[in-house]
Amino acid sequence: MRILQSLLVRVFYAVILLTAVLILNFSLMYLAPGDVADTISQSMGGADQEVLDQIRADYGLDQPFLVQLGRYVGGILHFDLGYSFFYNDPVTKLILERLPPTLLLVFTAQILALLVGVVLGVISARRPNGIASHFVTMLALFGYSAPVFWTGILLLIVFSLKIPWFPVAGMQDVTIEGGFLVQALDVLRHLALPAVTLASIFLALYSRLARATMLETLGSDYVRTAKAKGLPDRHVVYKHALKNALSPVITLAGLQFSAVVSGAVLVEAVFSWPGLGTLAFQSIIARDTPTILGILFFSALVVIVGNLLTDLVLRMIDPRLRGRGA
Amino acid sequence: MKHLVKGMILSAVMATIAAGHAVADDAVRGGTLITVLGSNPRTLNGAVQSGIVTGYPTAQLFASPLRYDEDWTPKPYLAESWDVSDDGMTVTLNLVKNAVFHDGQPVTSADIAFSVDVIKANHPFKTMFAPVQTVETPDEHTAVLKLSKPHPALMLAMSGQLMSILPRHIYGDGPVEAVKTHPRNNENVVGSGPFKLVEFKNGEHVILERFDDFFIEGRPYLDRIVMRIIPDIAARTIAYENGELHMGAFESNPQMVNRLKKVDGLVVTPEGYGAIGPLDWLAMNTQRGPLKDVRVRKAIAHAVDKNFIQKALMQGTAADSRTGIHPDSPFYHGDVEVYDVDLEKANALLDEAGFPMQDGKRFDLTIDFGWPGVKPQVEYVRAALKKIGIAVEVRASADFPTWAKRMGEMDFDMSWDTVFNWGDPVIGVHRTYVSDNVGKGVWSNTQGYSNARVDEILAMAAVEDDAEKRKALYKEFQTIIADELPVYHTNTLPYHTIYSDKVGNPPLGIWGTSTPIDMTYLKD
Repeated sequence: MRILQSLLVRVFYAVILLTAVLILNFSLMYLAPGDVADTISQSMGGADQEVLDQIRADYGLDQPFLVQLGRYVGGILHFDLGYSFFYNDPVTKLILERLPPTLLLVFTAQILALLVGVVLGVISARRPNGIASHFVTMLALFGYSAPVFWTGILLLIVFSLKIPWFPVAGMQDVTIEGGFLVQALDVLRHLALPAVTLASIFLALYSRLARATMLETLGSDYVRTAKAKGLPDRHVVYKHALKNALSPVITLAGLQFSAVVSGAVLVEAVFSWPGLGTLAFQSIIARDTPTILGILFFSALVVIVGNLLTDLVLRMIDPRLRGRGA
Repeated sequence: MKHLVKGMILSAVMATIAAGHAVADDAVRGGTLITVLGSNPRTLNGAVQSGIVTGYPTAQLFASPLRYDEDWTPKPYLAESWDVSDDGMTVTLNLVKNAVFHDGQPVTSADIAFSVDVIKANHPFKTMFAPVQTVETPDEHTAVLKLSKPHPALMLAMSGQLMSILPRHIYGDGPVEAVKTHPRNNENVVGSGPFKLVEFKNGEHVILERFDDFFIEGRPYLDRIVMRIIPDIAARTIAYENGELHMGAFESNPQMVNRLKKVDGLVVTPEGYGAIGPLDWLAMNTQRGPLKDVRVRKAIAHAVDKNFIQKALMQGTAADSRTGIHPDSPFYHGDVEVYDVDLEKANALLDEAGFPMQDGKRFDLTIDFGWPGVKPQVEYVRAALKKIGIAVEVRASADFPTWAKRMGEMDFDMSWDTVFNWGDPVIGVHRTYVSDNVGKGVWSNTQGYSNARVDEILAMAAVEDDAEKRKALYKEFQTIIADELPVYHTNTLPYHTIYSDKVGNPPLGIWGTSTPIDMTYLKD
């Protein structure tokens, strides 16, 4: 019962937060000079004033601020994110179309970063002063500090141009015909470079954290006890220590998820990956207000729902949290 | 092998049909051309949207009455012949009899009349068809355009991407204004062009396939065209280089162009953009501060080294331009006043204009730019003008709309700008110089330039049907512009077409890829 009550309170806060996000975003976009009519005319190579006025009237851009805001909020209440002037499509359709590629990219990169990061972290923790450890630290530092678009272009030059193993852009080669397996393999080939690029930043983060917590765990009493009992080293490290060392890494991975999504914007732009990031990037350049607002709203929604879920899970796992109010 | 034989037989047949058409001799049927769009097209319907990204697919999907060869000569397309009356007030189009739309319905004069209405109501270039009063349709294959005044610009406006002929029975289901957002602008598009739409996937690709009932026998040669959408320049460069792309057009990045020139198996050429006519220039607000004085504008021209811009900043990819008309246009007149680098003369002009040097400085100006690619140009102008005592502040814009607003409202001193000719000067040139278009949005007469004689010449040129007289008028116009400098013309925007040597007969006419590529083929 308590959990339901506190959930309701959280949902209430979430709605207020979403409304605030909405109004703030809308106001910011409204305040910026120029509008989508200008970018439409840019994409047309210029337009007469008459045409510009017509575009503004068509999309209600000539209305006062409060009218525009009211219309927008009204639309959202009907689950309508509006109509993209630039793409000539409903925003909801645009977002849903672009969501699967982004999810594919983000999940693949996240899993890749976690797996490899933890393995590297553990390896270097076992011999903290060994060559392998230094190598991992260096790699981590490199991955973390190199700008992600630069890493992307570098990988492109090496693995698409010099050694042409992977395609340059997109998610699918439309000239390839074949069954599901052939198509899936093709997507995988396209996915490889963007996923590695995106994973490179987080790999660094996870391997450093895994290394630190692993070092700490390896120094703790129960590990010493296990070793004293005569358990094989490998057994101690992977069966006992790793389990405990892993939990902060996973917590961090959960927290980092929104960062992975925002990192995807740049990676998608470099590889022309047809996801939400590319859409966000291009609609910002085009000043396509409904699409930008739609994506921001959608992201805010995802983050809030994610936080709610994390909260719930933590409450279930950790009895100490249950006693507290919302 | 089978393909080869088939291709040989076909090309032999076509060679006979096209009697003497040099291209058909070695053209081969079949194959999928992989090509590229640098950004996402808003719509595939060129009747309601201009621009080079829409131009490529729209010219394949929709046919226009005329097409142009590389010498600016109009050729039959949907119109097998045409006639301009002696007074220039009537233009008659005789349509080919066998043209059908992708759904099998015949193309008739009613479709021409409908399309003119749609374009007049929706297309951004109002000057193209403004003088067209009515379109009469005495029979199915004759369309008569009645004009309010002679309108020589109409010929180019009826070609390339500028006049897509839409089927009335599909797009005429609502008011003409509503065609702008017609659901079939992006899916199930129906035209009468050489290719029909298979799929347009936003942000990914446009796929077209051969229209077997295309009205020109034996064409197109390609079976399929895949237009991939790759906005990133680096990714496109690599895709050209490793062979993922057969062909692409409208590439203007000097680094890319020069890099790809060195790649074996790729051809990189600036040919084929005369009618697009893209020009880079330094715009000067003639209604503000010291720039009101023509001597100040001339001094600036003398201080800015065009050669440095062309050779160093554009890395030799861009050609010289001196007037508002693109050097490849038949109306271009390059024998005008030029401004060699001459700081002494520049300083003298500024002294004369009443701006003496005080403590190494005469006055302040600002310079704007609308997109990151031209930042080197404005930084260079700043450095160059410092030498003659003009302190220039570079004003960045957050994005294109921010800059467009400043330009449109003439809230600037100087700016770097890129403007296209779009075929006839009436469409893309007049707008920058006529005084009744001052400050009407970006790419209008944002310089606030006003000269009664220029207004008069341009009005006369717009209605002059005699080509030689028209040329003379534009010659005078260009001489005045180069002398009064509302903008200082520095160079052409270096658009290049890049194609693999596997591609036969790429589109190198006057419209870039905004033209049907029914004669392009893949070798082997």
